[in-house]
Amino acid sequence: MLIDFLFELRAKKVPVSTHEWMALMEGLALGLHESSLDGFYRLCRTICVKDIALYDAYDEAFLAYFKDVHVASLQLTQDLLDWLSDPKALEGLTAEQRAAMQGLDLEKLRALFEQRLKEQKERHDGGNRWIGTGGTSPFGTGGKNSNGMRVGGGGGRSAMAVADERRFKEYRRDVVLDVRQIDVALRGLRKLGREGAIEELDLDETIDKTCKNAGEIDIVFRPPRRNRVKVVLLMDVGGSMDPHSELVSKLFTAASRAGRFAKFRSYYFHNCVYNTIYEDAEFRKPVQVADLLANSDRDEKLVLVGDALMHPAELLDPGGSMYLYAQNRASGHEWLRRLAAHFRSSVWLNPEPDRFWTGTTIEVIASVFGMWPLTLDGLAHAVRYLVRGGERPKVGHPEKWAKGMGLG
Amino acid sequence: MSDVFDQFQGTASYIASEDLRHAVNVAVALARPLLVRGEPGTGKTLLAENLASSLGLPLIRWHVKSTTKARDGLYVYDTVARLHDSRFGDAANVRDIAKYIKLGPLGEALASPTRVVLLIDEIDKADLEFPNDLLHELDTMKFRVEETGKEIAATERPVVVITSNNEKELPDAFLRRCVFHYIQFPTRELMAEIVRVHHPDITDRVLDNALEVFFGLRATAKLRKKPSTSELIDWIMALKKAGVDLARVSGGIPFLGTLLKTEQDVELVGKRAKA
Repeated sequence: MLIDFLFELRAKKVPVSTHEWMALMEGLALGLHESSLDGFYRLCRTICVKDIALYDAYDEAFLAYFKDVHVASLQLTQDLLDWLSDPKALEGLTAEQRAAMQGLDLEKLRALFEQRLKEQKERHDGGNRWIGTGGTSPFGTGGKNSNGMRVGGGGGRSAMAVADERRFKEYRRDVVLDVRQIDVALRGLRKLGREGAIEELDLDETIDKTCKNAGEIDIVFRPPRRNRVKVVLLMDVGGSMDPHSELVSKLFTAASRAGRFAKFRSYYFHNCVYNTIYEDAEFRKPVQVADLLANSDRDEKLVLVGDALMHPAELLDPGGSMYLYAQNRASGHEWLRRLAAHFRSSVWLNPEPDRFWTGTTIEVIASVFGMWPLTLDGLAHAVRYLVRGGERPKVGHPEKWAKGMGLG
Repeated sequence: MSDVFDQFQGTASYIASEDLRHAVNVAVALARPLLVRGEPGTGKTLLAENLASSLGLPLIRWHVKSTTKARDGLYVYDTVARLHDSRFGDAANVRDIAKYIKLGPLGEALASPTRVVLLIDEIDKADLEFPNDLLHELDTMKFRVEETGKEIAATERPVVVITSNNEKELPDAFLRRCVFHYIQFPTRELMAEIVRVHHPDITDRVLDNALEVFFGLRATAKLRKKPSTSELIDWIMALKKAGVDLARVSGGIPFLGTLLKTEQDVELVGKRAKA
């Protein structure tokens, strides 16, 4: 009978293996659940769920299987949730409206909610009865009802209860690339060499020396193998990069891990690189690009991350920076070319899906740096290119832009 | 209910939530490693110590560092000592490789004739592949010393407690074999109980004031590092030693440095207090 619960869990994307399920059965046989539902809830969670991020999905599956209240009677279809996640704004509230929605306790509210949900057939915005957005009905999102129940959507503080609220929701993360995956991809970016303190016994060399020494023992130590790759990471932040900030911060987390690279430096820029970049994402600690070039070894690997989308003038015209206080004499394109010329190997990772690349400034930047999308696959290619060199992918028709680049 | 269950009830100096006690007992009963995660300072390491003392078993610790290799936990073959002995020491010793095999913490736990508690502390500090390298040994509770061909197998499966600070994701194959518990930050009630264990003579009023300040600090937005349980206990100790009465202090929190550990946080809280 419980096997259905296993599939309920797996359907909710909790990766429970047979291995763990057998352990649970063993636990049940030993009576570890104390013959209670509470005990079972805890037992199953400790054995089957190994990540706090999945606790929420587990709660959901548990509710679904053991209570049938939530999912059976409150089938929130995807449509309903989609619409609720795009709320219409509502400002201000008259006194009578406020009075009208006083005093609904949680029990009543729930009963009413289920009833409405059964009756409602279509989208509502700005009303006072149905589940909708921007209204004064007790149900929905983005509305004003001091005692209401929030359904879907985000923000809004007045709702007394959030439908399906669960304790571990904040820990949830459904993401494409996780740090570990990036970590694994970055592992290819290395060049091992023996450097640093000598602390490892070199057995072969010791035997050789000892033999040459006619049996007198001569112990040879050597430094352990370490990654010698040095990396400079330049990240575009703010503006059109905001939707990608989580992905970029994951890349940063994986790359900045202690001991990964012999030397790792990271800087921020906005939109395009001009004469100044910044040590912090708030743009308070400026660094001149000229200084960066002077201080970096040509063997360091340069990795730029950005969507490379901007107005052509921002890239190609001298003085094109969108900030007046950061007026630049050389164009962004010129600065990018200086960077590319200094570093022997450099790549640009673009979080924008590559099907949108052609016909934009991406074409130009991809002609300066080898550009790959910021996906696992793209990252793997970029790493290979950084280590071994090779062909750069060609994007669109950069020659069309030649006039603007001052080459035509 | 079987008698193997419900062995761990917390100890006089360690207050465990009901969920945690349950998780520990499940791990002991199923003889699987218990993986404990949670914010730093929620008592993950202390759990192993107190589990050992409550079960009356010896504790073997293995503190994992970034350079730790899985093999080091099993044994280390001291080649240098052997070379040295072959030159200066007695030849009899040199013929016996076993004399140069030094067991690591995991090796010791498996070789122990009695049941022990093994703590593998901060497993996420080590290389990504570290947990995977331990899979086989933790599964079968035995290993072979390559140099001597000797097999060491546990007579009694040790109770294994593994802690992780969530710095790295752990591999799935490893997670599958563990029993998992996430130590949540204690609620105010539980925290009051915990403080009382460490400072039995504290009065209700002082405790109340201290918790008020502490949870107020934790609720401050944008703190880089929120103060943890162990820091609260230290702070109360400092207050007691200095004889400061929180109710009478105005303008700023005394000994803020015991609670907040970065300048930015101290500055931020200072600004809020003035505002």
